Formats: sequence, structure tokens, C-alpha cells
Amino acid sequence: MAVTEVELRVKPIESGTVIDHIAGGQALNVLKILGISGTTEATLSVVMNVESKKLGRKDIVKVENRELKEEEVNKIALIAPAATINIIRDFKVVEKRNVDLPDEIVGVVKCQNPSCISNTTEPIRPRMIVKGKNPVLLRCTYCEQPLADRIADYLI
Amino acid sequence: MFSKRHVLSMRDFSREEIDSVLDLAGSLEPYARGKRSDMLAGKILALLFFEPSTRTRMSFETAMKRLGGGVINLGPAEGSSISKGESLADTVRVIGGYADAIVIRHPKEGSARLASEFSPVPVLNAGDGAGHHPTQTLLDLYTIKKESCLEGLSIALVGDLKYGRTVHSLAYALSLYGADITLVSPLSLRMPDAIKTDLSNKGTRVNETSDLREVIDNVDVLYMTRIQRERFPDPVEYSKVARSYRITPEFLAGARENLIIMHPLPRVDEISPQVDGTAHARYFEQSFYGVPVRMALLKMLIGDGSD
Repeated sequence: MAVTEVELRVKPIESGTVIDHIAGGQALNVLKILGISGTTEATLSVVMNVESKKLGRKDIVKVENRELKEEEVNKIALIAPAATINIIRDFKVVEKRNVDLPDEIVGVVKCQNPSCISNTTEPIRPRMIVKGKNPVLLRCTYCEQPLADRIADYLI
Repeated sequence: MFSKRHVLSMRDFSREEIDSVLDLAGSLEPYARGKRSDMLAGKILALLFFEPSTRTRMSFETAMKRLGGGVINLGPAEGSSISKGESLADTVRVIGGYADAIVIRHPKEGSARLASEFSPVPVLNAGDGAGHHPTQTLLDLYTIKKESCLEGLSIALVGDLKYGRTVHSLAYALSLYGADITLVSPLSLRMPDAIKTDLSNKGTRVNETSDLREVIDNVDVLYMTRIQRERFPDPVEYSKVARSYRITPEFLAGARENLIIMHPLPRVDEISPQVDGTAHARYFEQSFYGVPVRMALLKMLIGDGSD
């Protein structure tokens, strides 16, 4: 079987999580949502802007030796609703699932309203109710301001 | 029918819940007019006004006292714990220990909901910045119910529909009653699209115009609001707009006989004082109805249910 272009770029991992079908250009935001920063000790592969039949261009993130839990992964549906999650053990995909936004997102996206109480020093975390999943429509729990566009700009 | 712990936003209310508040307000009206009551004897209401207010603060105080309860006041924010940098979260936790319910007005949007998360007692939102003012909306609905009719209503909301928080909440609530709403405002002060979309999605007919003359003869309720001078960079533009939304007895010549005129007050010159004596004026009644409506909310939230 021919080796695909993607496989040439990133070799299969032994165990961990592969997040595929991330909208092109959003991989770094996905890492941000997952709380994976430059100081991470995990072995990480990020592939950006490879060709995809489904998306045109897509990004892929592979996190080795870490199986991401459903609730942490679901939040990435905010910016990558088509993403698929593959849990790998011993080079085999043991679990494959799509991402599904939870009904409420806490501490991930801040409110775009500068007059909102959640954008002050009060001891609370920004909280968004998910009003629509496709397209994504959020509503701030505090000031009720909707957030639909440029959600990545408001990631904490 | 009413199982709320807090009164924060009209969005939290179903039509049935609104009706139950309005019904109770109706039965409490004699007490608002001075009949003695000790329904809330021994209860204390804390008024936390971080922004100036006259009628909202005083009508809450009146409502509480006429039902036999007591009131404690934050007083001016200067000199209080707030100027020492205390968070709102801490303030309501502390005050919630002194009182049976908290009324809050605060410049930040969403502040009342935050307060409700930290307060050990019920919180009533008396205005959070440009956000919500649900007790004003409830008293507006009560006024319409008493003085006109909530069913099949045709209403014009006039003035600053962009920043005016009362009209946003009111439009939302009226959509629960299937009202026919006409929005009358200068182009620069039109109602935000998000709110209009919300109304249309609820099946409400929404028309928009900047000419009050187009609609004055065809509505049951004229809801006037103040256009604030500071919204206009050009004073000439302001006076032009302000003049075009000035109600006089002559302007009302072709209006329906049973048209009522409402205004959340204070008015500046949107309504000529000569209108006060006409059969259309209801803004002072409306202001009074704040007392029975707030009585109803207080009784529902902190009453013993024994009266």
C-alpha cells in the first residue's frame, strides 16, 4: 500500500491521542484549548495545512503517551467542529470519536463585552452557554452577550 | 408557579411566571396604597446601589416598608468597602449575612448574576449596566395589563432603542405575549440586530421606522424613552432628533381613543407637560405600579407564604 503524504510527514505513534481533521490553521488554538503550552514535556507533533478531501486543508495534532479525556477534548469543537479523536494503544486505533461541544464551557473563552463583570478581577471564571453547535453560538452566562464570530480571538 | 430564588433577567421568566407575579401584584395593590400589613415583618432587605437611582431604590424601600419589613442601605460607594477594593463577590457574601434579600444595581453587565452565585439570600437585579432591569419590565407589563391589554397588543417603543435597557427587556417579554411591536428610533439608535432576530424567532412581528407619525394613529401603547444628549456628538443633530420625538396634545390628535402613553421616567422633554392631563397619560401610574410589583416579588422570594 502506498504511503500517504501525511504519513510521510508524521510517523504513527505507539500510544496517545491523535486529533485529526482540525480546520486548517487552528492546530495551535487547539493546543491552547487543551492547555498544552510550550513548556509541555509531552512528545507532541503538529502538522498544519495538509491537503484534506473533507476540509480542503487540515491540521493534525498528536500527543504521545497521553489519552485525552472526552470532556477536555470536546471543547475543541469550538474552533474545530469536524475534528476526530483517535486513541492509540500499541500502534492501533482503539477508539475513534467525533467532538461534541458540551452545553456549557467554563474558563476557555472570555466574554467579548468589555463591560461584562466576567472581565473584571472578580473571583469567577468566564462561563459560556452553548446555544448552537453548528455554527457555534455561545452566550455569556453573566451578561448574556452572544459570541459567534472570531471565537479563537477570545480564547483565554 | 413561581419557584425562583433570584430575579436577574427577563430571559429566566416563562409567561406563566410573569402572570403569577402580575396576579399577586394586583392583590397587593391595596397595601401599596397604604393598607397596613405585616407580611414581611422581621425581614430585612439590603439595597446595594453602586449607581444612582431614585425611583427604583425608593420604590423597593416603599414596597418593603409597607409590607412591614425593614431596609438597610449601602449608601454612597465612596467610603464603603468597595472603595477599599473589596470584590462584589465578597460584598454580597457579607451583606447576605445581614439581610433576607439583596437588591443590586451595578454598572457592570452580569453583576447581578455574579452576585446571585455568591449570595446566601435571594438577589434582585435593579439594573446591571446596559444589561437588564427585570423589575422595570415587570412593572411595565403590569401597567399594560391594568391600563390596556396584554393580549393582541400593538405597541410602539420609541427613543433610544440601542442603549436603553428597559426596551430590550420589555420587547423580549412582550414577545411572550405575541405583541405587534413597532420600533421607532433615529437610525443611529436602532435596536441591536441580535435582539431583533431574537424577537422574530419568537414569532413576533417587528416593524422599524424612524418616523413616529407613521405609527401614532395605529397603536394601543406608546412607550417613550429618553434620548440622551451624550449619545450625539453633534448638538444640532441631537436637538433635531429630540424634537421629532416630542409628544404634545396636538401630535396625539389622530391617536386611538384608548391609546396609553408610558415612560420609565425621568422624562426630559419627550412628553410635553400638557399631555399629563390627557386621558392618554399613564406614566405616573406606571411609576406607582413599581411598588405593588416589587411587593409581589419580595413576597414571593422571602415571604413565609403564610400571610
